Amino acid sequence: MDWSFLAFIIFATIAVLGSLMVIFQKTPVSSAFSLVLVFFAFAGLYAILGAHFIAALQILVYTGAIMVLFVFVIMLLGQDEKTTDLKESSFLFKGVTTLGVLGLLSVLLNATLDAQQITAKGEYTEEKIREMGGNLQVISEVLFKDYAFHFELVSFLILGAIVATVALAKRKNTYTGDYHE
Amino acid sequence: MMLVVSCTVFLIGLMGVIFRKNLLIVLMSVELMLNAVNLSFVTFSKMHNSLDGQIAVLFVMTVAAAESAVGLGLVIALFRTLKTADSDQIQMLRD
Repeated sequence: MDWSFLAFIIFATIAVLGSLMVIFQKTPVSSAFSLVLVFFAFAGLYAILGAHFIAALQILVYTGAIMVLFVFVIMLLGQDEKTTDLKESSFLFKGVTTLGVLGLLSVLLNATLDAQQITAKGEYTEEKIREMGGNLQVISEVLFKDYAFHFELVSFLILGAIVATVALAKRKNTYTGDYHE
Repeated sequence: MMLVVSCTVFLIGLMGVIFRKNLLIVLMSVELMLNAVNLSFVTFSKMHNSLDGQIAVLFVMTVAAAESAVGLGLVIALFRTLKTADSDQIQMLRD
């Protein structure tokens, strides 16, 4: 058996089971740690696909930054009571939603099967990426030549996010009228 | 095969967004959905021998980081006002 196929089976199983655990765990902390598992499995899947830079970023940004933020917020809010807090909704709503999700699954799988017949191919084959100096070299060239403007625009997005977060933290309490320090 | 994993994880995330009440777990499910989309981006970029998908993943990651920062800020602000992180209890517009 091919090694990359074996690795794919392992990482895919971890990813699907981990994401089920995120949904079904009783405390937010265990959900967060299942999510870390899923992120690592996704990094493995990216590495199998040859996207080494994305795999490294996945571990740095998601498991390093975003999950620390989540765990901090869970700690700040003290959310450690055990609940299987499903939304209070009617049986009809649940049934219709489940049917809708299953229908969406079939549509997505159908589109996936259609996508296997794609014939239009770009220029970056595996051999070309290897002779140009690897995934990171090629990605940085594309990013800073073709997508340089978009890259700069992203900095405005991050600036907006910073301003929004500070504004939320300094927000006036609409019920008591005092400012949070 | 990769795309099947991507679809499955996306729909699991969607179920989490729809059915869970705890806002933190709803945000985590949103992260799951974004990750599933990233995986399909990378898979398609490999299928097309193109790198545009991987660049898109970079941008989706920055958007996800900004989104989770603002979302968690909102959850904290809501928790300070209402003392709960339960999405069924947030109905200030109703009364």
